[in-house]
Parts: sequence; structure tokens; C-alpha cells
Amino acid sequence: MELEEAKELKERCSQCDAISWGLTEEGKYYCTSCHNVTERSKEVINTDIIPNTKIKSISRGLKRKSKLEKGWDWYVCEGFQHILCQQAEVLKTLGVAPELKNEVLHNFWKRYLQKSKQAYCANPVYTSGRKAQVLKDNVHHSDWASGSELLSDASCASSLESGAESKSDVPTPKPFPALRTPQSVAASVCSGSLDGMEYSEWKEKGILKMTVPGTLALCYLSLLWQREAVTLSDLLRFVEEDHIPYIKAFQSFPEEMKLYGRDKGIFAIESWPDYEEIYKHMFEIATFLDLPRFPDITEDCFLHPNILCVKYLMEANLPDEMHGLTHQVTKMTGLGDVDSLTFDPIAKGAQTVKYDVQAIALIVVVLKLLFLLDDNLEWSLSDLAEVNNEKNKTDKPWFSFRKWYQVMKKSVDEKKQNWEEARAKYLWKSEKPLYHSHIDKPGASKRREMVVNLQKQFSTLADSAPTIEKKSPSSFQFHWAEDDPSRPCFHGHSLQGILVKKGPALVTKNSLYWLSTQKFCRSYCKHVTTYEESNFSLSYQFILNLFSFLLRIKAALLHDEVSLIEKKLFKKKYSETKKNSRSRRR
Amino acid sequence: MRPTACGEPASKGAREDCGGAHPHFLLDVLRTQDMSDFSEELTRPESEDDQEEASTVSGTRVYFPWLQKHLDTVATGGKKKKDFAQTTGACLSFIREALLKHQWQQAAEYMHSYLQILEDFDSNQRQTAPEIIWKLGSEILFYHPKSSVETFNTFADQMKNIGVLNYLKISLQHALYLIHCGKLEEASRNLSQAETWRYGEKSSSQEMLINLAQAYKGLLEYFSWSKKKMELSKLDKDDYAYSTEARNIFSHSWKTSVNFSALIKTPGVWDPFVKSYVEMLEFYGDRDGARKVLTSYAYDEKFPSNPNAHIYLYNFLKREKAPRAKLLSVLKILYQIVPSHKLMLEFHMLLRKSEKEEHHKLGLEVLFGLLDFAGCTKNITAWKYLASYLRQILMENRVAWVQEEWKSRRNWWPAFHFSYFWAKSDWKEDKDLAYEKALVAGMLLGKGYRYFRYILKQDHHDLRKKIKQMKKSVKKYSIVKPAV
Repeated sequence: MELEEAKELKERCSQCDAISWGLTEEGKYYCTSCHNVTERSKEVINTDIIPNTKIKSISRGLKRKSKLEKGWDWYVCEGFQHILCQQAEVLKTLGVAPELKNEVLHNFWKRYLQKSKQAYCANPVYTSGRKAQVLKDNVHHSDWASGSELLSDASCASSLESGAESKSDVPTPKPFPALRTPQSVAASVCSGSLDGMEYSEWKEKGILKMTVPGTLALCYLSLLWQREAVTLSDLLRFVEEDHIPYIKAFQSFPEEMKLYGRDKGIFAIESWPDYEEIYKHMFEIATFLDLPRFPDITEDCFLHPNILCVKYLMEANLPDEMHGLTHQVTKMTGLGDVDSLTFDPIAKGAQTVKYDVQAIALIVVVLKLLFLLDDNLEWSLSDLAEVNNEKNKTDKPWFSFRKWYQVMKKSVDEKKQNWEEARAKYLWKSEKPLYHSHIDKPGASKRREMVVNLQKQFSTLADSAPTIEKKSPSSFQFHWAEDDPSRPCFHGHSLQGILVKKGPALVTKNSLYWLSTQKFCRSYCKHVTTYEESNFSLSYQFILNLFSFLLRIKAALLHDEVSLIEKKLFKKKYSETKKNSRSRRR
Repeated sequence: MRPTACGEPASKGAREDCGGAHPHFLLDVLRTQDMSDFSEELTRPESEDDQEEASTVSGTRVYFPWLQKHLDTVATGGKKKKDFAQTTGACLSFIREALLKHQWQQAAEYMHSYLQILEDFDSNQRQTAPEIIWKLGSEILFYHPKSSVETFNTFADQMKNIGVLNYLKISLQHALYLIHCGKLEEASRNLSQAETWRYGEKSSSQEMLINLAQAYKGLLEYFSWSKKKMELSKLDKDDYAYSTEARNIFSHSWKTSVNFSALIKTPGVWDPFVKSYVEMLEFYGDRDGARKVLTSYAYDEKFPSNPNAHIYLYNFLKREKAPRAKLLSVLKILYQIVPSHKLMLEFHMLLRKSEKEEHHKLGLEVLFGLLDFAGCTKNITAWKYLASYLRQILMENRVAWVQEEWKSRRNWWPAFHFSYFWAKSDWKEDKDLAYEKALVAGMLLGKGYRYFRYILKQDHHDLRKKIKQMKKSVKKYSIVKPAV
């Protein structure tokens, strides 16, 4: 407890007669010698005598309490700020450059508050009735503003505010400053935050409301700006593995930030983030914030297909030699160009690249070039490779698709099983129960208590070993080792037997190719192609499922991306004929 | 034998006993309530299996078991199901799988996560969840090696207080569990609590459950009463302990009868309760009371048709030495419900003794009816009765009666009863049975019939005289006249 002396009270303690008073956190007097807490609280004493009492109370984080629920006054946007703050902290511990939090994310957030007129602007409003109120309450409002800033200082271990300059030149945040109106008192009954009610009903054209998935999108935007080595699928996987606060992020709000009623709808999350949804959010936010062109994605960036392909080739246990081919396809399709890779929200027809999906799609295309994946050629090539490996045990082994399939199938099935079990065992509910209103509160707390008791009972009956050991975050999900027979490594295998020397260049033995799609969807629905799984070869299905599991995306999304790359790669063939075309390799 | 040595196997037996009975009562509940939730879940894996098979059939070398599930999630367009619901749904199927495989620890592990459904924002889910949790949880705790009666009790007590709807049902099942474990006193205490529990206005389903709780309490009391009665029967009447024991028993019965009466008045099948209630009433000489209970149990139209009700009543009336007409009327109803019941033989004899001609005819019908059932084909008494009665009737020249019964059976009885195979095996197993059947066969099918001929051919010195007689009877009375 943070306590301080209170010399203004001169009464004797009713229990030990000592005159030595301290103040508790709630502002009540207590006797420092016998720890007897009085009923008297500091507010009772005339504030004129102690002029700095208000400042003191603010610095202790002691703020006006609503009558129904003890707690601070706080705004919804402060809640989001808190979540962003936590997320940024975790990203920092994951090894992301520290500027991400204090410079990039902080600026994005400030820009967001400004654009959505919640703060950093002359007239932070969203209803006209409010405006008048703000002007009238000017004196108070500056008080509250400084208060809320201090609050963010207290709640986030280190605030998003990076330096003194930002404090001096930017007006302090003063979100939704409608405090004393009777309506807002009534509204506060239905939410712990001051503006939960207004926020959930807030509809204004051109304004993008922040949501919890939105915080992830904002995080990803900052990662992208910084060109960090984290893809969107990585970020979402960290969320799913509970490294990055998301689902129960509000749990770590300070005790005094009460959360109930309308706040529940705003902060309670009952689903894992979905790749496409967050991707869409990211795009919307970027346009809403009117962000300039992002830093260039050049060949030395992690997000460049050349590097990402290496990563995913390793992850998928494919031979390193394949990298040469992915590199070539990247070049031929122009996917490695800075302009096509760099995100520019303001540009006409702006589009972000799904870097991870694209890199994987490149690998799929290369696999198709090498093995055709028609449920036939890949197996006969495997036969050749195996015969050769039998005869030639000293050389670099030839890559056998069959051996690789057997290993991958087993590992992925296992991983998938664990993943499903972990999902089934996930505990969604926070330690603090969320409830609709005060009438609901005892019920919710009782339910919470009951669940905890019952869970205790069943956990003693479960396996003694802790069920889900928390994995440390890693960008790799698989680890392959040369000398481990249970997870053999194919990285060093050669593509001999699949590639044939022709003059000075190597040419794929397979000269056929089939296109993943002949027609692109031209309707107004969002997808580019339709993926009807049963129409495709089993090997192709396996590979799509394998990779889409790695990225936790739908197979159809990957199929779309493959088709788009093929469209670029076989531009001519597409216009000439719709039949299966031959791959032309130069 | 040392006491421990004989005590052990007994208790083991008891444990096995309840092991057998417990899942049954749970299954019963599973069957009756809330099938919707389960059936929905149950149909899904089936279709998945089908799909899997299909993909193996069409596929040559690659096989994807997890693929279909993945596709399913892709296919469910429209409103997206929350992942929270997915978690609880997956949990439920994992628990069910673990239970089927008797992996109690795993089941408990998933249960830990499934419990969060009690905090679902969807109040519908929240309301149906406790019942499912109770069913699954009690199953796990019943079998889990680390579980004990105490854990079960804590669980049951917690579950009782989740929502008011389940209190009585869970109390009742908890009590049954305790009875299975031999903790009769605890069970009785539990039932007393349930009996006095009230919430809001008494609904009809509540009342039913309260009555059941009461009746089970009564049954427990009956159990201790009959134990005391046994002890009493061993005591000497002059023993000083006798009078106190007798008084004890007396005080018991009054309370018990109150427990039973409420339940017995509501329509339903209450065999064990009725039986013990009547036994107690009879013991204290309240014959009128007992008769009333049994009569209403058997004849009240609101009650479901229940053969046992008539059997109890018949046995009671027999003990009471009631007039034949009364006994006949009870058995007539039983004959309509269960024509294959072994009491039908008694019915037949009663009908034979009657003076009325229609009763005599009915007596023949009853015997034929009884032997229509596969379970009665080797009932020697039935055959004996039929043989002698047929002879008597044919002697009285009532061939028409026999013809009438035989008409509908002519096509199938020969193969059903009188095949060559049966002749051989009957003779091998039971010569007396074979003899009676041969006599009947001869009378119904003529002396040329193979069953009759086979038995006739067997030369057995004990039966020689009898067989000779049989030959004579058949010659004289057979309904099949040899072709002239």
C-alpha cells in the first residue's frame, strides 16, 4: 500500500490514543501505530486548509469515484491505449526494436485519436450537445485532462509518451469530456468507463471506431512500418499462443478501471483473430489515418519474398536448392519489385501484400513446376530418387517427394492434433467476471467462483503433468534435425534427377504444368477464384493444407494467391489459351 | 473363515454391482432429456467418417484425415460461430471420446476447460450446461481411479446449487449413487433434504421429483425394516429383546407408508415401491389398505399398462383365498397383456375347474396361445396340460373347438414344434416332453405324422406302456381321420 503521513488530523486514536495518522489508498485515515482505520476520510476535511490535496490525490491515482462502483473515471480510448501499450511491451520483449512503441505506434495512436476527433484537436466531439458542455466546464476539463494523462502514466509502466517535446507541443488528451451532465451519470451506470454507452452507439460517417482486433491491426502496421521480421501470420500465432495480450487483455487493467455493462461488448473477445479480418482492418486503418508511403521493402528486408521463401522452405523441410527456383519465379513475376512490395495507403488502387501468403504461394508454384503434383509424376520421380539413393550412399541424397510426404504428414498431423487439443483446452474467461449491470454482478461473481471451484476439483483428477506447457514464442513451428530419425531433415537433399542439365543451364525434367485456375471470379464478391478441393490432385490438396495450417489461414486463400502468381507467370498463356499450358522456362 | 476374508469378496461384488447399474441410470437420463444438444454433436462425426472413406477410396496414395474438418470450417459461411463456442463444442466431443475409451484422466482434463460454458454470455447455453456437466462429471467421478465418495459428494453439492432447475434431479441421482456405494444413511439424509426443498411455486415436474425422493426414502426405510424383521424372526419370542424390537418395527411402518403413498397415487410404473409397501401393509394386517393400493395400481386407467400390477394383485388375492371368479378376472387381463406368462398355466387350471362352458373353451385357447411363444416350447407342464385337455375335449366330442384353434396354426406349428429335428432332440433331452408332444402331434396331425412316428418307433422299456396308450388315444381321437 502506498501510504503517506497526514499531519492535519490532530485527534487521538480511539484504540491506542496515539496521534500519528496516515492515509490509506482510499483516502481514509488510519493510525500508524495500531493500524486502526477510521471512518473519516480526507474529503471530509476542508480542502481550503490543504490547498494541494487535489494534486496529491491525483498523483496517487485517486480520482473521482462514481457512486455505484468504486473506481476511476476512464474512457474507452484509454482502455485501447492500455491494451496497445501491453501489446507493444510484449513485442519489445520479443525482440522488436524499442522505437516501435514510443515512436511508431505512439504516433499512429495519436494520429488515430486526432483523426477520430477523440483528442489532440481543438474540438474533440462527437455530439453537438457535448460542445457546449466542454466550453462551460473548461476549468474542470483541464483538470480531468491532466488527470487522464497521469492515469496513463500510472497504468502503463512506461507511457507511450516518449519525450518531453510531445507533452509540450501536443494538447493533452481530453476524450469525450461530458462528465457532469445527468445523462452521463445515468450512462455510467451501464458501463464502467465514462463513455462506454456513447462509444458503443457512436456512429459517425468517416470515423473508424477502434476495436480490439483493431489494436492488432495497428500493431501490425507499426511492425510493417519498422520492417520488422514479423509477418501477420506470426503475429496472430503469437496471439493464439497467448504471448501477445488480446483475448483477455482487459484483465490487466488496473484494479480501479472497472469494466462492465457496455464495456463488455467493446473489450470482451470471444474469437481468435482471423487473418483476413485483421488484414482488412489494417488496410482500413491505414487509409483512415491517411498514412504516407511506408518504408521500402527491399531485397534485404525480411518481408521480401527472397528471404521469406528461405524461411518457409526451412519450415516446410524442403531442400535449400529450391531457393534458386523461387528466386527466379519472383524475378519473372516481378513480385520482388520494391513498388509492388511497399505499402502505400494513399496511392491509387493501393494494396498491401500478404507477404507470408505470397512467399508460400511462390513455393507452391515451384513445387508444381518441379513435381507437377498430378498424383503421378511426383511419385515416379520419388521412385527414381530412391533407387539412386540406394545405389549411391555417399553422395548428397536426391530429394524424394514420397519420403518428404511421409515425414511431413506425420508431423503435421501431430501438430494439428496438439493444436486442436490446445484450442479445446483454452480458457476464455477472465478472472474478473464481466457483467451487464449491478443487478447482474453477484450472479456473475458467483458463477465465476463456482467455475473456479469446479475447475480445481477436476484439475486434481487430470494428469499430474501440467497439460499445456507454454511454449516460448518462435517464428518457427517445426524443427528439423539432420541426426534425429524422428524428424529427419531434407534441407541438404539435392534436386538432381528432377533438374536436367541442358547446355549451360539446368532445366526441370518435368515440362508440363497445370494452372490452378482457368477463370478468375469477376463478380463483386471478394475472392478471386473458387477453390473446390475435390477438383484438385491429392498432392496439391496436401500441400495447400500443410501450408495453410502453418499460416493458420484458409486453404482457399492460399489457392487464390497461387492462382494470382500463375497469372503473372503465364501471362501469355492465359491470354492465348485456357487449356493446360506448358511451362516455358528460360 | 476369518471375517476379513469373507468380507472382501462381498464388498467387491457390491462395487461391481453398482458399476453395472450406475451407467444404466445415467444413460436413462441421457436418453430422456436434451437430446438435441447431443444428437447434433453425434451426427457430425458420422458424416466426417463417410467423407474420409470417400477420400481413401478415390485417392491412390495420399490420405488426409484432418482435411475434411478443415473444409467444414471453410464451408460454414454466413454467421461465424464464435471460437468460444468452438472450444466448448470441441471439448464436449473430446470428453465424449475420452469417456468411450475409458480415459478418465483425459476426460477430467477437458472437463476443466468445458466448465467455462457456465460463464457463456449466451444465457441459453448457460442454462442447459449444468445438466450436461452433471452427467459427464458424475460419470467421470464415478470411474476415475483417484475419485472418492467425498469428491463425488462435493461435486454433487456444487452442481445442485447451479440454477434451481436441477436441484431435485441431481439430489435424486446423488442419492442413488450413495445407495450404490452402500451409504444408505447418507442417501437417506440427502433424500430428506430434497424432499423438503422448495423453489417458487411447486410445478408438476418438481412435485413428481419430490414424490420420487420421498418414495426412495421409503424404500430405504423398507430395507432397514425388512432387515429388522429378519432379525426378529430369528429371535425367540420370549427373549427380552423381542418386544423392543417389535416396537421398533412398528414405529417404522407408519412413517414409510406416508412416504410411499404420494408417489403411488401418481400414474407411473412403481413396482418396487408398490411391492414393498404392500408387504408392509400386509405384515401389519391392513389387508384392505393393501387391496386398495393393488387394485388401483392395476385398474386405474391413468396408469400405464403394467403386467406386474396384475401379477401382484393376483398373488395377493391368492394369498387371501379370494373366490375363483375374482382370480379369473385378474388373470383374464394378464392373458390379454402377456399371453406367454407362466401364470397362464394356473389360469388354465382355474378355467378347467370352472363350470361355465365358455371358460372351458377359453382354457384351450390359453394353452394354444402359450405354446405359440418360442420361450415356452419346452415347457413340459404346458404340453402335458394340452395333451390331457385335448384328449378330454375330443372325448367330449368338441372337435369344432380344436379345429378352430388349429386352423390358424396348421401352417406353422408342424415346422415350429413337430419337425423331425425336434423329434430327435426332444427325445434325446427329455423323453417325457417328447412323449407329451408326440401325443399332441398324433391327435392334431394324425398317426402318420413323422414326429409321432419317430417317438413311436423308439423302443424304451420305461415308456413302453405309455406309448402303447398313446397309440390307442391317437387312433381313437385324432382329428385327422385316416384316409379311407
